[in-house]
Amino acid sequence: MRAGTRAAIAAPHLRTDRWWLAPAATALGLLAFVVYSTWRAFANADYYHAPYVSPFYSPCLADNCTTMKGGPNWGLFGEWWGLSPALLILIFPLGFRLTCYYYRKAYYRGFWASPPACAVAEPHKKYTGETRFPLILQNVHRYFFYAALLVAAILTWDTALGFRNEEYEWGHMGLGTLVFLGNILLIWAYTLSCHSCRHIIGGRLRHFSKHPVRYRMWGWVGKLNERHMLLAWASLLSVALADFYVYLLATGTITDPRLF
Amino acid sequence: MTTAPDTTSYDAHFKVWRGDVDGGGLEDFTVEVNEGEVVLDIIHRLQATQAPDLAVRWNCKAGKCGSCSAEINGRPRLLCMTRMSVFDRDETLTVTPLRAFPVVRDLVTDVGFNYEKARQVPAFVPPQDLGPGEYRMQQEDVGRSQEFRKCIECFLCQDTCHVVRDHEENKTAFAGPRFLMRVAELDMHPLDAAEETGLDRKSTAQEEHGLGYCNITKCCTEVCPEHIKITDNALIPLKERAADRKYDPLVWLGNKIRRRTS
Amino acid sequence: MAHVERQQWDVVIVGAGGAGLRAAIEAREQGLRTAVICKSLFGKAHTVMAEGGIAASMGNVNEGDNWQVHFRDTMRGGKFLNQWRMAELHAREAPDRVWELETWGALFDRTPDGRISQRNFGGHEYPRLAHVGDRTGLELIRTLQQKVVSLQQEDFQESGDYEARIKVFQECTVTQVLKEDDRVSGVFCYERESGRFFVLESPAVVLATGGIGKSFKVTSNSWEYTGDGHALALLAGASLINMEFVQFHPTGMVWPPSVKGILVTESVRGDGGVLRNSEGKRFMFDYVPDVFKEKYAESEQEADGWYEDPDSNRRPPELLPRDEVARAINAEVKAGRGSPHGGVFLDVSTRMPAETIKRRLPSMHHQFRELADVDITAEPMEVGPTCHYVMGGVDVDSDTAAARGVPGLFAAGEVAGGMHGSNRLGGNSLSDLLVFGRRAGLHAAEYARGHADERPRVGDAQIDAAAAEALRPFGVGSAPEEERAREPEAAENPYTVHQDLQRSMNELVGIIRREEEMSEALERLAELRERARRAKVEGHRQFNPGWHLALDLRNMLLVSECVARAALNRTESRGGHTRDDHPEMDREWRRANLVCTLAATAPEPPGAGSEAAAEAGTETGAGRAGRIALRRREMPPIRKDLLELFEKEELIKYLTDEELTSE
Repeated sequence: MRAGTRAAIAAPHLRTDRWWLAPAATALGLLAFVVYSTWRAFANADYYHAPYVSPFYSPCLADNCTTMKGGPNWGLFGEWWGLSPALLILIFPLGFRLTCYYYRKAYYRGFWASPPACAVAEPHKKYTGETRFPLILQNVHRYFFYAALLVAAILTWDTALGFRNEEYEWGHMGLGTLVFLGNILLIWAYTLSCHSCRHIIGGRLRHFSKHPVRYRMWGWVGKLNERHMLLAWASLLSVALADFYVYLLATGTITDPRLF
Repeated sequence: MTTAPDTTSYDAHFKVWRGDVDGGGLEDFTVEVNEGEVVLDIIHRLQATQAPDLAVRWNCKAGKCGSCSAEINGRPRLLCMTRMSVFDRDETLTVTPLRAFPVVRDLVTDVGFNYEKARQVPAFVPPQDLGPGEYRMQQEDVGRSQEFRKCIECFLCQDTCHVVRDHEENKTAFAGPRFLMRVAELDMHPLDAAEETGLDRKSTAQEEHGLGYCNITKCCTEVCPEHIKITDNALIPLKERAADRKYDPLVWLGNKIRRRTS
Repeated sequence: MAHVERQQWDVVIVGAGGAGLRAAIEAREQGLRTAVICKSLFGKAHTVMAEGGIAASMGNVNEGDNWQVHFRDTMRGGKFLNQWRMAELHAREAPDRVWELETWGALFDRTPDGRISQRNFGGHEYPRLAHVGDRTGLELIRTLQQKVVSLQQEDFQESGDYEARIKVFQECTVTQVLKEDDRVSGVFCYERESGRFFVLESPAVVLATGGIGKSFKVTSNSWEYTGDGHALALLAGASLINMEFVQFHPTGMVWPPSVKGILVTESVRGDGGVLRNSEGKRFMFDYVPDVFKEKYAESEQEADGWYEDPDSNRRPPELLPRDEVARAINAEVKAGRGSPHGGVFLDVSTRMPAETIKRRLPSMHHQFRELADVDITAEPMEVGPTCHYVMGGVDVDSDTAAARGVPGLFAAGEVAGGMHGSNRLGGNSLSDLLVFGRRAGLHAAEYARGHADERPRVGDAQIDAAAAEALRPFGVGSAPEEERAREPEAAENPYTVHQDLQRSMNELVGIIRREEEMSEALERLAELRERARRAKVEGHRQFNPGWHLALDLRNMLLVSECVARAALNRTESRGGHTRDDHPEMDREWRRANLVCTLAATAPEPPGAGSEAAAEAGTETGAGRAGRIALRRREMPPIRKDLLELFEKEELIKYLTDEELTSE
């Protein structure tokens, strides 16, 4: 666009701090989750131990699911589905997180090195960002947000079911109930702190003064939104933890300590 | 006036990029540093004692005008707001010009790119039916745009943004964080009448100012000396507003139908 | 001499701060081709530093406010030395100028009913300052900048050229206003980036260059404030008035050295901050002058009560006028009771909870934390007086902003004199920029249109002379042979000369002035002028800061001499001029303007290697002869209807009996 030459500095960057630490840690963290969740999603086993169902398998949309009393057995897909039922439902939270504004930053930096860190040259010859297919599809984030609301609602129901004991009697709690409670709180916080949510709640308005209720909600969501990154990691960890807890129960590695 | 004890003053090692369009390189300096000084003071001391023709751009020296943008140890910063005390005394400080723009001389770069981009964003459109003195706006309605108007135009965000920093060829298509934020500011202005004139800032953000190039990696927010949340409060909301227009199937369908019937 | 590019414009504006940009917008809206030249980048002018607000009697917060009240406050603040017509126009037009900004996109803080919010400020009877947090100056400059851009967009629509009718020459310096047959014919400039010379030919030139603070060691002003417009006007044959009035703000930062002089806003004291010396004493109680005794508290208890209950308690003495506080701080430091870095302590940490401080004084909290590593919620600040604003400036016609005696030359903003009298009220500066910036642009456009057919030509000789002067610091074609022989070149470092100038002005013509010291200052200025002539720089013309400073020295020295001479001459204390040896305000002096002109010498064509010319004596001739001639001029009597806005008892304090009875 303009003629002119930049200062002749050959080094791709002159940063002296450990700039690679953050993207490396991010990449490792995400990778660990991908490995774990892939194993668990394809396992098609050890995802239910009364009264807990792993969040990876809820709701269960195929007929080949373990029967979960009062639980989310909705065989919408019928019998033909032979693979792990987790794959049917995980698409939604996966899509939500994949198009999430925080995770985008995380993996663009961590995996694509675009850029690896601020003011550190990226290794790509060409860059078009999210202007064309497939990355232009990131714009559909809000639909995954709607789906994520549904999933969160179901997981909330699952958590409620956790207030039963192994005999499906209500009014009990175990350590698992606490794990599920923690998880669902983080899932909700993460989901509601989403940028699309902030936009839909109030960000799209021109005159806050004409919508005082939405303005106030926008403020709350904004507060949550400031911690979107933290919530993204916390909820990622908690969902894996909840699943792992169920796995340990289902495989009989541990027994659920009952509180009452 | 009491004089500061000797221990507060020390010699620091600096590498300063010197040169122009024809080339240049890092030059070594050893220079006195006193307690409480900022990097710009040291550059000024170099000018006064060792390199009188060392070029540096500065003005208010209080972080309010955004003139003294440069890169210190590879990070875009204001020279006047970077205190020497944040560095170790035996650390060598490397000071270089902004990388994303053509160099003029030494630490001075040609920031004309930004002024060209500023011109490409259509100005505020005053409402036809309101005269001067008749504007009524609520504080909560101006708050968002006011945050963006804190911008001191230091262009650190423009410099650090990899879209143009690493890809000169994108400069034509991409306005950069500062001017996408300007689009957001106007789109959120409670009385901007652009739409009445047929200007849709939401779609032009994407179609004309290159919003899609932004991959929200937040370096602009990281470097902003005014701590404006450029990504979270301007760029992402703008992306969402563009999505309202273009990627909302319901809106898309509505537009299709309306176009057919009209 | 190498070829120098020439361009033709209708109006040239020197300076792109609030006044310059407002003038440019007006001239362009009048349909004229307008060029703006500024030393910094477009949008970086010193106006961005203004915090408080724009004074305009819109009456949004208190309906009792109107232009008459604003006029009254302004005259009182200036101790009745103001050009009353300017003060009147300013008070009348300020609201329109503020409202207009909104139509250009400015976003001021709002009242609950959606109008522009207005805040209280020292000397203003009602809440009057339109503001945006504490960054009003930034909002002003950005709004004007964006208005200029929008005009350029209109021109682009029409002609395909953004710069067809308004162009900003950024990072360029003007070294001469050129004249042909006593009329302005253009400006001689250089581009800082390349060192390239160029000439803008234009029948009308508006000076809007701001102030002179860089002649003082401790100042809140930026490097641009080297008195360029003041000096250009003098050299073009115009005169300066009221140059003895320099406002020192009592509270500037004193430590660390790098930020010495940066302002600590008055609101710190307004919100409860107190001044203490090294012994921990609230010393201001010892400095309440007799005339204020009735209005200010005598005990700490009473003073502390005022913040909550101003009706039954008197004001704390920390809130005395700026000059009184500055003087008191000065005295404490001189008596050896100063803080470690040569100021006094300003403390809010023991006065309010940390949260309150952060909420009420966010920018101060930020400023001290970032720049001084001081947490003002936990420890006191160190503050001392800092040079802030010059009330004096180019002698202009009140209505048209035209410089008297030089057809085609206009001045607006801080570079113009008269509006603020002997002391400026906070908030009146930004409104001044807008009101008189617009007027200067308007009348410059009218003047240029009136002279459209007879555009003055710029002669080559003038350009060559201007170029020679500008190249002098490189030692190229500089001093004549015999002169070089006479002084076998002890080349001077311009930075050292500048530092010595700043020290001299700060120490000898600072807040408190004495005859002997000012005489000594004039001696020193003469020496500095000699040394500045020998200033040499290394390197080349491309963005060479040493060269730029060497050229600015001429302006600073001229302006400094004006300040020193006028201050020495005015044997009274008033507003921004305090004489230790003449501590009283004298009604006889009220009517007098001290007018500085370039000393009469052998006719000096503008652009000639100027220093070489003038060494003539002046009538006030203390010390060595200088370059400035000083004369006393009577001010026109204040118009009757304006005088009637005041109570007789008040006027008695300012006006002589003769003036009062002559009506």
